[in-house]
Amino acid sequence: MMDKAIKNLPTEESGEVHGNNRAADAVPPSRTPSASVEPVTPAGVAACWSCHGPVMAGDLFCATCEAVQPPRPVDPFTRLALEPRFEMPVDELDRRYFDLQRCLHPDRFATKTSRERAISLALTADINAAYETLQDPVKRAIALLEMQGVTIHADGCNTMSDPVLLMEAMEQREALAEAETSIQVESIAAVAECEKADCLEELAGAFGTNDLSAADRLTTRLKYLMKFEDELRAARVRFSQAP
Amino acid sequence: MTTLLQIHEPGKTPVLHEGAQNLAMGIDLGTTNSVVAISHDGQPEVLLGEDGSLLVPSMVAYGEDARAFPLVGESARQALLGEPESVVSSVKRLMGRGAEDIKSLAGTLPFELAAGEDGDNDGGMVRLKVRGRTLTPVEVSADILRALKIRAETALDHSVERAVVTVPAYFDDAARTATRDAARLAGLEVLRLVNEPTAAAMAYGLDKGAEGVFAVYDLGGGTFDVSLLRMENGVFQVLATGGDAALGGDDFDHAIAEHFLAQRTKESTPHTLTSDEAKTALMSARLAKECLSTADNGEWMIDAGGVTSRHRLDRETYQFLIAPFVDRTTDICRHVLEDAGLKPEDVCGVVLVGGSTRVPLVRQRVAELFVREPLADIDPDAVVALGAALQAEALTVGSDSLLLDVTPLSLGIETMGKITEKVISRNTPIPVSKAQEFTTYQDGQTAMMIHVVQGEREMVDQNRSLARFELHGIPPMTAGAARILVTFTIDADGLLTVSAREQTTGLEQNVEVKPSYGIGEDDMARMLRDSMEHAKSDMTMRLLAESRVDGERVLAALGAALSADGDLCSEIERDHINQAVSRLREAIAGDDRDLIHSRITELDEASRLFAERRMDRGIRKALEGKRVAELTAGDSSSPSGEEKNKNSDDVAAAR
Repeated sequence: MMDKAIKNLPTEESGEVHGNNRAADAVPPSRTPSASVEPVTPAGVAACWSCHGPVMAGDLFCATCEAVQPPRPVDPFTRLALEPRFEMPVDELDRRYFDLQRCLHPDRFATKTSRERAISLALTADINAAYETLQDPVKRAIALLEMQGVTIHADGCNTMSDPVLLMEAMEQREALAEAETSIQVESIAAVAECEKADCLEELAGAFGTNDLSAADRLTTRLKYLMKFEDELRAARVRFSQAP
Repeated sequence: MTTLLQIHEPGKTPVLHEGAQNLAMGIDLGTTNSVVAISHDGQPEVLLGEDGSLLVPSMVAYGEDARAFPLVGESARQALLGEPESVVSSVKRLMGRGAEDIKSLAGTLPFELAAGEDGDNDGGMVRLKVRGRTLTPVEVSADILRALKIRAETALDHSVERAVVTVPAYFDDAARTATRDAARLAGLEVLRLVNEPTAAAMAYGLDKGAEGVFAVYDLGGGTFDVSLLRMENGVFQVLATGGDAALGGDDFDHAIAEHFLAQRTKESTPHTLTSDEAKTALMSARLAKECLSTADNGEWMIDAGGVTSRHRLDRETYQFLIAPFVDRTTDICRHVLEDAGLKPEDVCGVVLVGGSTRVPLVRQRVAELFVREPLADIDPDAVVALGAALQAEALTVGSDSLLLDVTPLSLGIETMGKITEKVISRNTPIPVSKAQEFTTYQDGQTAMMIHVVQGEREMVDQNRSLARFELHGIPPMTAGAARILVTFTIDADGLLTVSAREQTTGLEQNVEVKPSYGIGEDDMARMLRDSMEHAKSDMTMRLLAESRVDGERVLAALGAALSADGDLCSEIERDHINQAVSRLREAIAGDDRDLIHSRITELDEASRLFAERRMDRGIRKALEGKRVAELTAGDSSSPSGEEKNKNSDDVAAAR
């Protein structure tokens, strides 16, 4: 029997969608038992679930029997076999993503055993999550910071401890709220776009020199700028609908 | 008709030779018409009926004798005139749906519903009453699928057990599960549920060598989908999709029929339609619609309550009647463009799919929106089935092409105040797996309820309820101390599984939940038993096939291991292994599932020491490699520091 008062109540953090979703992304999805991973020896060797022979941890397929191997929790860069860098050429990201999907997608395992299908499902879900993270500059920056041991506040989207950024943000929002013509909106958008480009460049520089506190600060700024972009899009729609 | 006799006896299936085993068809199970196709060497073709027809009307006529086969297709359509009470059509609109979702005509439903005893709220699917029988839409769909299977088997002169079945991209979990169950009932193994616009894009892209971003506008009899896809080197990547699972040509028919009925009431005394009269009125309206795609005007008759009335309709009035529906489709197209962050001019081509895209107003509005003439050079009725056939071949034989699809609807859970909290947003590439952590809010709470919904609305009640489940066995703790990780997984068919795990106590409690849509596993089991040709063979055959595949996998893996590390195996040991191998082979050739499993275990045991020696060798090699690497790496970076970092990453990731 259940308790009298049963309600699902998310934890305080999970009430905040942004923070929680990000944390959720980092958690390896719980797998059906059939996709569970074998323990790794100190030498980085695990036993292949299919031929029981040695396979290097992290290898996607067994070198001997070619069986697909269950995923282990890794950062999104490792998952897509990319260098952990902030600069991310879209072409290269897509190419890696497609290459991996080509050999790991559940469609490739439709007639294989249920265990191989479960592994493929878990692997491609991980690959899709990594792709989503690396496509987005803010999520990518957060992933890099977390890999370096920097924790990001779950509510980072709303709190801005940087007074300069806070002032700037307020001014920009005010200007957008007061805009009366689409030309005014476009000029605000042009400024914001330049700022975003600068921010991206600075962020790449900060990660390049491993200046983590600058990277942390710039990530918050980028987060704001991206959010402002959404607001601009909404404003554009508003003006395009008005006759 | 010798070909029909070739349907083999269930349970006595011989192991088919390879080519035949790979036979898998593509099925477009449509609201109005269905099509079956097969692909060979990348060349898909529609399988025609013995009369040369391409389309199978998705209609089923049930005779007096409940044990006789129902009529499906053209013959059922003809029965509609004489005995409308026996005919069921447009059943796709009811898949996984409740009575509240059905559209009425002048207050009358074109179906007779069975009185819902078992509470028809909360996702319970409607049940139809036909000639004293109570049928679910799943059973009616299964009858259509059986007819398609027979059509394919007759055309190919071979049994076909496997299929790719298409569904509207905008179908929710309930409708997808219902479709899958219908195929199961018809004795088909569904290799994959593929979204209709994606299938169409595949057929179109591979045929025309199209590259770039394309929009697929798919307006069928009962459903509307629009998908934006990027096509490149055989990759079909869906960028965004949208639609309405209850919007299609049927709505045009309804609008015309309502118009005619309104004229009647003006001229004569009002009359409440029977559901059979509603069916025939809709049929007249449909004729009018088809006619007005080419003609400028015409006259049609409605027969109801003993009064026959005549109704004139011209193209202009017709277009006025259907314009609201067409506008809804273009609004949805705009939203999808916005979701993908694209403008109409970014789209290189618009592919038209579905019979309703023959309506001139539809073509005109689509052309205006995308500022280009839409493409319809592959038959819009056949293109989805052709794509499904290509995908069926890709799944069984292999292919260079790749479909990357997305989930059409956001998935969320109910939180305090009946607010939906999104867990997976729409247009997320599938498969996808997201985890959420929950806790208790009362001291000593040992259970909690999780309510999963699908949809874009903020309030839970406005979305579709997929599953409600209770997690039990949470160890009693102070409020907020328990940590329950709930994982939502959407697979490549777009189907959801939920699993939960209590984390703090180390007590792993895995609960797997499959959302249901009103037909439970028990009902399915009963229906499977009742379906004549597939008494109980369905499940056992499938399990046997799975065991055989697993046995083959074990043999192949061992073979590879022996050729790589055969030197680690002594003569005697190898003899021992070979014996176990032959015993497993024998078991695979037979049809005893348990025997296959025990022979697999036997072989595992026979080769266990060999596997251990292989592991030892592997570890030794890896250590040697590491030592060499350490010696040559120099001291520019501290490997121990890196190692530490890596470990902390793992911990962070596992938290």
